[in-house]
Amino acid sequence: MQSEKQSNSLIKRILQSISDASLVPFLAILTAVIIGGIIIKIVGGDPFLAYKGLIEGSFGSPELGLEKSLKAISETAVWSTPYIFAGLAVALAFKGGLFNIGAEGQLAVGAVFSALIGYALPEWLGFDLPVYIHLPLAIIVGMLMGGVWAGIVGALKAYTGGHEVINTIMMNYIALNTTSFLLNGVMKDRSPTNVIARTPLIAESARMPAIFDGLRVHWGFVLALLVAFFIWWLLNKTTLGFEIRTVGLNPDAAQYAGINVKRTIILTMMLSGMLAGLAGSIEVTGLNYRHELGFSIGYGYDAIAIALLGKSHPLGIVLASFLFAAMRNGATRMQFLTQLPVDLISMIQALILLFVAADAIIRYIYRIKSKGERVVLTRGWGG
Amino acid sequence: MSESPIVLEAKGITKQFPGVLANDNVNFDLRKGEIHALLGENGAGKSTLMNLLYGLHKPDKGEITVNGKNAIIHSPNDSIELGIGMVHQHFMLIPVFSVAENVMLGDEAVKNGSLDRNSVAKKITDISKQYGLDVDPNALVGTLPVGIQQRVEIVKTLYRNAEIVILDEPTAVLTPQEAEDLFRIMRDLTARGVSIIFITHKLKEVLAVADRITVMRAGRVINTVKPSETDSAQLANMMVGRQVILTVDKQDHEAADEILKVEGITVRDQRDLETVHNVSFSVRGGEVLGIAGVQGNGQTELSEALTGLRSPTSGKVTIDGKDLTGKPPRIITEAGLAHIPEDRQRHGLVLSYSIADNMALCDYYHAPFSSRGVLQPKALDENARKLISAFDVRTPSAFVNAGKLSGGNQQKVIVARELSRNVKLVIANQPTRGLDVGSIEYIHSEIIKMRDRGVAVLLISAELDEIMALSDRIAVMYRGQIVAIVEAKKTTREQLGLWMAGAHVQTA
Repeated sequence: MQSEKQSNSLIKRILQSISDASLVPFLAILTAVIIGGIIIKIVGGDPFLAYKGLIEGSFGSPELGLEKSLKAISETAVWSTPYIFAGLAVALAFKGGLFNIGAEGQLAVGAVFSALIGYALPEWLGFDLPVYIHLPLAIIVGMLMGGVWAGIVGALKAYTGGHEVINTIMMNYIALNTTSFLLNGVMKDRSPTNVIARTPLIAESARMPAIFDGLRVHWGFVLALLVAFFIWWLLNKTTLGFEIRTVGLNPDAAQYAGINVKRTIILTMMLSGMLAGLAGSIEVTGLNYRHELGFSIGYGYDAIAIALLGKSHPLGIVLASFLFAAMRNGATRMQFLTQLPVDLISMIQALILLFVAADAIIRYIYRIKSKGERVVLTRGWGG
Repeated sequence: MSESPIVLEAKGITKQFPGVLANDNVNFDLRKGEIHALLGENGAGKSTLMNLLYGLHKPDKGEITVNGKNAIIHSPNDSIELGIGMVHQHFMLIPVFSVAENVMLGDEAVKNGSLDRNSVAKKITDISKQYGLDVDPNALVGTLPVGIQQRVEIVKTLYRNAEIVILDEPTAVLTPQEAEDLFRIMRDLTARGVSIIFITHKLKEVLAVADRITVMRAGRVINTVKPSETDSAQLANMMVGRQVILTVDKQDHEAADEILKVEGITVRDQRDLETVHNVSFSVRGGEVLGIAGVQGNGQTELSEALTGLRSPTSGKVTIDGKDLTGKPPRIITEAGLAHIPEDRQRHGLVLSYSIADNMALCDYYHAPFSSRGVLQPKALDENARKLISAFDVRTPSAFVNAGKLSGGNQQKVIVARELSRNVKLVIANQPTRGLDVGSIEYIHSEIIKMRDRGVAVLLISAELDEIMALSDRIAVMYRGQIVAIVEAKKTTREQLGLWMAGAHVQTA
């Protein structure tokens, strides 16, 4: 009886916290869509047709038929995969009190190393590897190198106090320019017809299989969902997660509680970098089968938006990633139906973000009282 | 006094918050030129009443009149307009600005399109002369001692022509001397027609300075009395609603072996200034060593060095024979230290964590709270329930965020966590700062319980009364050194006060 009552209140608490957390992002999206619609109208388009195109392009519709609809959903899943990994990377760092702007660079490092293992390892060894060794190895090496790359920034923060925002940006320049150097030089695809900066194709044994024949969605998508669950579990159910969150929320209290704050900062950055590295590795092994300069159209930066929109909660990240993926994927059909430029999507994304970041606007429009505000006002007043 | 006119009156004020009736038909009035103390425990509704007067909330029922006129107060601007000024417990000052700049902030004087610092400075000098405040308008606020910063806050309200000044827990951050100065200033202000609402928990201060005292409890006004007609026991009784023991019941008993031994430690603060010089002392099991001293004489750095938050530059610290000099907090904690930190919100708690998580903040990583790196929510929950009832933490459940608790209950969470562990040494730094009578009484009795169980207790406090009530021996710290260690029974308040003020230095 007692425990039943408790579990009831537990479920109620969880539902309450979900609705509290998702209210503002939901209204931000709604508001951005409405404003986007008005802008479409102003430039002479049909907002309803545009949004219809967006939805059809990302999730399919009876009109399109089963095959095209499945393809649309598959492509949305493909788009969402790097978003989930990179979004988790930024969110994990947020939880640890760190702002990882370097996901883009860490992602490139991960992609380069996965590609290298993927195409060059059989050559070096002189024999082919079975897929159950080669594929995991390619992914793990890319992931670890992303972790090392971000770990440098963590160590700089822990031991010298160098701010991670500046240092991750700097490390992005180093990573992206070094990648460019490698892809134009030693790692360049030497096939006679190739003129672009890209690696050779990775070996068959390093490629992630598609889930269904004829669709591009690959097992990396499933892995992304599993990793999202794992990160939720890590953060909320383990002592390491407790340490990461404590350092993020109150480093002074963490030190008082005997947590090694420096070690935790480095570890958080490394884990974050590993997730970003995974985003790159999975794109190489699951989708492109090579690393090509400029394949990442700002996944690492969109990831910051996704982490904010998802309130740094793994479930929120997955949902926000679906949204961003759907908008990117559906944009083509929207353009086809309405002749509106694809850039409109970037604008709506920017609006969503603006409203999430400046949530006071949303709270004002919809007259939502902030729950935390009263606490701040009455601090020190004793009650 | 009774014939002077009423300048502010609240009639039948009722304010309901979700789940709490914060003010229940409250009547309160303030006469011209009086100091009216508002006394009550945390959560008694004092702050709600002041929020209503200052325009931060609107009452559900009742009315507020200022100078006999019905006042509608929607925001702090309205209340400033009506001549109500407020000095918050946490100062609203910008350290890198001068006094004049801070005072004019939000109400800047402008001449020819640029800030008119001179006229502001002149006005501040005038105010400061008139009320005996002694504030230099050109000084940088960050360089001023806390007591003077508080005067800047008072000048700010007077600069805006406040005739009613609300002081929220003004002595919480002051040394005894600074508090005396403040009381003098308060009397000067009232002599010149300013009326003061003085919010506090401290009974002695109320009796010393107030003209009338209104006691609140659980959202209601219990009584309004004159200091001459009451005493601290009666006031405490009204505040808490039951008999309160103001003296700590403490039996004599033999101290056991030496637990904490500090040999010649020297500590530098974050500015790399040497704030603790060559300090030595020891604490034995079953005794309380109190460290008295005015704030800022090295007590903070000393306790940080003993608890592992800061490394001493030289010297040796041993606990129960184990050398722990410069070791990290976890090693020291595992050697048997319980640490009640000076700043509970900065070091002691993670405010957005639940009470259950906070109660395992130092022990989360081992059994029963975790197993193979995985947290055990059941054990966390059980521990919290046990401690909440054992240490009388007032909360609806163990899932409530620590930040939602009152100061007294926050401190109880820390005390429960630290004292429930199996420890040999307790270092309690300002364990009752800013707390209400009920919580102070409780925390004192818990500290004495530890002592009686044979635990060594190092008590660091700026409250001389607390030191005198709890300690078996008393050490006095002055400018980073221990200038005297005496048996508590063989000394007096006056003697300690002299040492705290550095009197020995002149004679030596």
